[in-house]
Amino acid sequence: MAESVLSIRDLRVTFQTQMGELCAVRGVDVDIAAGEILGVVGESGSGKSVSFLAAMGLLPATATVTGSVMLDGVELIGAKKKLVRSIRGRLMSMVFQDPLSALNPVHRVGDQIVEMIQSHQKIDETKAFARAVELLEIVGIPQPDERAKQYPHEFSGGMRQRVVIAMAIANNPKVLIADEPTTALDVTVQAQILEVIQRVQQSFGTAVVLITHDLGVIARVADSVNVMYAGRNVESGSVQDLFDHPSHPYTRGLLSSLPQEGIERLIPIAGFPPNMLAPPPGCGFAPRCPHVIQSCNASLPSLVPFEGLMTSCIRADELRIGGLRS
Amino acid sequence: MNMQSQAPLLSVQNLVKNFELRASKGLRKSKRIVQAVSDVSFNVSTGKTLGIVGESGSGKTTVGRSILQLITPTSGRIFFDGQDLTELSFEELRVVRRQMQIVFQDPFASLDPKMTVGTSISEPLVVQGISGDHQDRVAELLDLVGLAPDHARRFPHEFSGGQRQRVGIARALALDPKLIVLDEPVSALDVSIQAGVVNLFGDLQKRLGMSFVFIAHDLSVVRHIADDVAVMYLGKIVEIGNKNAVYNNPSHPYTKALLSAVPLPDPKVERLRHRIMLEGDVPSPVNPPTGCRFRTRCWKATELCAQTEPELVARATGQQSACHFPE
Repeated sequence: MAESVLSIRDLRVTFQTQMGELCAVRGVDVDIAAGEILGVVGESGSGKSVSFLAAMGLLPATATVTGSVMLDGVELIGAKKKLVRSIRGRLMSMVFQDPLSALNPVHRVGDQIVEMIQSHQKIDETKAFARAVELLEIVGIPQPDERAKQYPHEFSGGMRQRVVIAMAIANNPKVLIADEPTTALDVTVQAQILEVIQRVQQSFGTAVVLITHDLGVIARVADSVNVMYAGRNVESGSVQDLFDHPSHPYTRGLLSSLPQEGIERLIPIAGFPPNMLAPPPGCGFAPRCPHVIQSCNASLPSLVPFEGLMTSCIRADELRIGGLRS
Repeated sequence: MNMQSQAPLLSVQNLVKNFELRASKGLRKSKRIVQAVSDVSFNVSTGKTLGIVGESGSGKTTVGRSILQLITPTSGRIFFDGQDLTELSFEELRVVRRQMQIVFQDPFASLDPKMTVGTSISEPLVVQGISGDHQDRVAELLDLVGLAPDHARRFPHEFSGGQRQRVGIARALALDPKLIVLDEPVSALDVSIQAGVVNLFGDLQKRLGMSFVFIAHDLSVVRHIADDVAVMYLGKIVEIGNKNAVYNNPSHPYTKALLSAVPLPDPKVERLRHRIMLEGDVPSPVNPPTGCRFRTRCWKATELCAQTEPELVARATGQQSACHFPE
């Protein structure tokens, strides 16, 4: 396996709330190599966004973050704020679901990109502006020199997301984290944005973390996948292996919940996700799992290799649940 | 679609809805018209589901609300059970509305947080002046949507998203309607929960025989649940017909592009698939393109498309589509 640009070990995030300690992320490992697209999939509350907000140092003070986040050999957890700030937006940057909230409504988009460049590089205004125009062109905005002089409200949703991507890649980051970047967009525009993200990954060798709830998006663009549930990685592996023969009942459950051609009746997952104020002692999925046995509740299972995947299901070998075609 | 057979339960004819935008430019006030829905017609038969798909701004939600007269159409007729709803008085409408209900996307916004779920569900019965103790009916309705009778005493915040949507459905079922308009009823739900609610719609239809108008942007869900599908673009139906015809042999270029843009949860299929990448965004409904509204993004567009608006025409594959150069 190629060397990881971003390597996360045993990441844990807890929030102090009025009702007690909420364990949002409970020991997550992530490895991503240059030029790779890692899909992180999970439902609301699975901890997928929180994990990467923690890696970016963007969580509020109510959060306690432990573990290790190594970006290009530099440890970020516990690092000085100044160091984290100098890395954020330069070596690692993030794109969010809502592009409008990521842009300043009273500044021209070109100037906002210039600001992004100048906060990390010593470069004069004219050169930075030329670079901003070039970036807008890279992300597929027509007439970039004119569009750079316009304000965010003059752009459509899809075009705004392109601007945000241009800003995120302005300093040639090694890692781009995209958190549900197409969820607010129409499906034809989503296809365009996914193409832009792929183009960035291919032309600059950027490692991309694509956080989404949509397995279709993962299937289209990701190289590898982490499936998250109740603050843990429950299964990970290459996109082909994972869709072909998932080993975890949750992954299988997600796939069978999706409407697909020729399937008469959908198979939902019974119950709902656990309360993270008091997560289950064993496998987080155990309360909803059709294959649960007593030992599932005994202790938190860790990821073990199984048929090319990493799985946290202790019964993977015995169950061999397989994909939808099996 | 069953124009020739028995009279449809719902028949929407030449529906038009314009919204006035009052935008002020400096001191001068200008009036602009948003053409949300332009000349839309379709039928829904008893016990059947019509899916309406389209991207934001396509007018699908406006169509749904016009059916129930929650917004007054600018022109056009809406026949429900043979009655033209656009001609009814408010009082007459109230009686007809017993037969038609709507379920919205956000189950939290459509339930009163200070009312027990039981009270919310029985409210339609009270409003319609149905006397008696509603407890048994509420219990029956909760059972119908897969919740327990003792849930009636709880408040909306005690439920998960999927359960709340079930409460919304129970309330819509309270008056035994013949038609329910479902406006993005599962898009706020996680997939594992969504599947249960989608199944519920199928079960309810089998048991109670009502019709659905299912409005959604998720084409896979619509394919699963609908009998017929209408594809909308910028306030117009560009293609309508049996779902198998539309999904297997899309005739309108927009339908084709839309279907090819949907990511399928299968990496092998996804990587081999030919995708049609549409350029740009949906134009503004304030100033829609002349002729065919899709022509500005269509790879087949010619001078003809800009001059003449294509009509819905029946195709060999069974559906109707509005295109000068169908597939």
